Amino acid sequence: MSVRFEVNGKSVSVDVSPRTTLADCLRHELHLTGTHVGCEHGVCGACTVIVNGDAVRSCLMLAVQANGAKVTTVEGLSPEEGLSPLQTAFKTHHALQCGFCTPGMLTTIHALLSEEPNADEDRIRDVISGNLCRCTGYITIVEAAMDARASYQQSRGDKE
Amino acid sequence: MKPHHGAHTSNTYIGAHIERVEDYRFLRGEGKYLDDISREGQWHAAFVRSQIAHGVIRSIDVSKALAMPGVRAVITAADIEGDIPTIPFRRPNPTIGPYAQPIIARDKVRYFGEPIAMILADSPELAEDALQGVTADIEQLPVIIDCKSAMADKSLLFDVTGSNLASIFNADKGDVDAAFAAADFIIRDQLSTQRQTALPMETRGLLAEWDAKNGKLTVSGAAKLPFFNRSTMAAMMNLPETAVDYIELDVGGGFGARGEFYPEDFLVAFGARKFDRPVKWIEDRREHLMAIGHSREASCDVELAFSKDGVMLGMRGDLFLNIGAYVRPNGMTPVRNAAQFMSGPYRMPAIHIAAYACVTNKTPAGTYRGPGRYEGNFFIERLIDQAAAGLGVDRLEIRRRNLLTHEEMPYSLATVLPSDGRADTQCDSGDYRVCFDACVQEANWAEKSKLQGKLIDGRYHGVAIGCFIEGGASGPQENARMVLEKNGDISLFAGSSGIGQGIETILAQIAADYLEIPMERITVFHGSTNLLKQGWGSYGSRATVMGGSAVIDACKKLLALFRISAAKRLGVEPDAITIAEGVARLADGRSVPLAEVASDHLEVDGSFKNQTPTYTYGSAFAHVAVDPGTGHVDVVDYVVVDDVGRIINSMTLHGQVMGAAVQGFGSVFTEELIYNDEGQLLVGSLADYLIPTASDYPVVRCVSMEQFPSPTNPLGAKGAGEGGIIPVGGVVTNAVANALSSFGVQPKTLPLTPSRVWEMIEDARVRA
Ligand code: FES
Ligand code: FES
Repeated sequence: MSVRFEVNGKSVSVDVSPRTTLADCLRHELHLTGTHVGCEHGVCGACTVIVNGDAVRSCLMLAVQANGAKVTTVEGLSPEEGLSPLQTAFKTHHALQCGFCTPGMLTTIHALLSEEPNADEDRIRDVISGNLCRCTGYITIVEAAMDARASYQQSRGDKE
Repeated sequence: MKPHHGAHTSNTYIGAHIERVEDYRFLRGEGKYLDDISREGQWHAAFVRSQIAHGVIRSIDVSKALAMPGVRAVITAADIEGDIPTIPFRRPNPTIGPYAQPIIARDKVRYFGEPIAMILADSPELAEDALQGVTADIEQLPVIIDCKSAMADKSLLFDVTGSNLASIFNADKGDVDAAFAAADFIIRDQLSTQRQTALPMETRGLLAEWDAKNGKLTVSGAAKLPFFNRSTMAAMMNLPETAVDYIELDVGGGFGARGEFYPEDFLVAFGARKFDRPVKWIEDRREHLMAIGHSREASCDVELAFSKDGVMLGMRGDLFLNIGAYVRPNGMTPVRNAAQFMSGPYRMPAIHIAAYACVTNKTPAGTYRGPGRYEGNFFIERLIDQAAAGLGVDRLEIRRRNLLTHEEMPYSLATVLPSDGRADTQCDSGDYRVCFDACVQEANWAEKSKLQGKLIDGRYHGVAIGCFIEGGASGPQENARMVLEKNGDISLFAGSSGIGQGIETILAQIAADYLEIPMERITVFHGSTNLLKQGWGSYGSRATVMGGSAVIDACKKLLALFRISAAKRLGVEPDAITIAEGVARLADGRSVPLAEVASDHLEVDGSFKNQTPTYTYGSAFAHVAVDPGTGHVDVVDYVVVDDVGRIINSMTLHGQVMGAAVQGFGSVFTEELIYNDEGQLLVGSLADYLIPTASDYPVVRCVSMEQFPSPTNPLGAKGAGEGGIIPVGGVVTNAVANALSSFGVQPKTLPLTPSRVWEMIEDARVRA
């Protein structure tokens, strides 16, 4: 089946079988391997991408369901060169070790802070509690997200 | 107190809070993990696994699978010529030989999940679809799932041995009978920890490629022990070692389980060679839970002898470790470790511990962060708190009286036999009271202890403190090759491997300080067997100490060559030259920068040999609040203070300690691999195997000290990747017992799930 959607600002069209998940489509057809797959059953959050502004588990969504959608992956959150403020905060706070959960954490937090740039610590913890990380113990991830809020508050302010 | 290690004075990087080099690619989604690579024309493997825990294989029918779309081949034991190879041990001992794991089941299956066939197909989906096309006729045998039935020998996993005991390790020291005869007080208990697994977020996977023309096998997806696995694979494949390469990619977590040699490793490579096709395999999460090494299923019946004022006199008893169906390459490590390290940081003059390695019809065990040490720590710390109560000695005081001091170093632990090459070991340096006192301070015990047993807003509060040692710097050697590149930058090829711990940063920091050049000029390559002739890897908290010390050796050698090259250019004797900050200088002001001698092709091999482990030590404090209505336990505060000898990177160090502590909370409260009586694993997804989430444990505080450098290595550093998890079981459980002291609750078994805590409270109420 042919699916057409927008990924990281570019329009793409792919031929996939009906059972192909969005995660597999992104990874194997579009070679966007930043999106990781840790469980394939919607629990770990490593595969989280942003679909029309919402954080979505791409292992639970079929590629065909993305038809016409706007999809953002970790690659789309990265500037041409260097790191975004959220990525920089992750680095400064040592919010990653093996890096496997990191793309899902970044997309989840980006989606949250884009909507709620003033989210407090409890809210951040609550939202990322759907993303598993085995390395860090999460404390530094929460710190990074708290720290990155300023840049979202800023950019929202600019827009308004 | 000893002065800080003075081997090198101009440190800029070592000891600092340095952001990691590897983060850039990970954060941009540019990491390269195994499933991110593919080869033209590759086939995908999927494994048919036994659904029967113990049985005799009558026949295996693969015809349906072969007829399914996209299926290229199905491999069973019948396709392997001659004897089925078994996986060798990393630490052999005289009794475990018959228990080695065959790479595929032929006559008998011994655990739920044991590979019985491998499907090769055009895509992973098609390979998985075909799993249902294989039917195995297996005649069931009685199933052994615990140590008790294993030791009764009612059903034997290995008929040839006539026993379900793969090994009995004896840890001995001093005259234990005399110690108990002289004791004023003896405490005895039966305690247990549950079966768990390391659970890295990336499941296992491999890509094997066979180059028929050159007779060369390349295996991508190495971790932990690329060089050991290469020689294992070469031997099993009947190839010279030089015909096999293990390539390391980015790795989504190790924690002791990933990177050991598993049956699938051989089978994937076997398929690639047999069909001259790249074969790729990624396991799914359910498979991961039933196939990767399990750990931690241990119980004890142990007693401690004390004088009336709380001085430890001796320890004796039995440990039982359920090691599953086979002895895997490092399957004995938790068993012998539990026996040797149970006395931990305490002065224990007399010891006799027997540790039984029981084979059962469960997934074979291996290591998980702090193997055997976590279990042993749980046992002894539970006994100490109960002894304190029985003796009427304060819980802090009883520990402080028995903690090892600087004057006693090096201090010998119990001797463990049969020897696996490390029968004897000694704590290397430190004053264990220093971390303890610092932890008491940091935790504000004076105030917090007022909460003991108090009911506040419907929850009972409890506190506890516990102490641990962590073995690190596993020998025997590590290597590092250093090349001066054309532009004057340095390429560093390390035998250590990356498992998420930040090795690229740590080794670059060390090299930059010793060469006195900016870190940005050093690029670290690691973990692949094609980078240097021999290396070891990352296990047993060794990469910083062993890899780092090898880097120092390489730096020294490179500077020596630089001196000679510079002297030639300046027409002077090498002795006339002083090297500082990457520039060779003469007294007359003439100089040669490092980059200028690049045309001399400077290249050196550094190495570090060491069989003496380092012992990081520390203390941990826990404050918990227990809801008696639900049995839910909140960790209100958690503090860990350790002395790592020398801090290389305070940021990554704290990352290790914090991450390990939170893993430990999962061990205490939620994680458990549950089997039914038929030996079937009931835990099949991350929805049943509950690891900590972001909202579970928001507070972990860690303080690291470097007061007593290790004398074993030029850095003075000690391995520090595992200590964070070791004390968690003991200290948190003691805090729960403390909270529930008014009920007289004494937890004996982990995990402390809400229902178990609630039941303990209810039982105590009924008893009262
Ligand atoms: S891979 Fe999608 S949630 Fe785990
Ligand atoms: S950094 Fe390894 S799983 Fe999160």
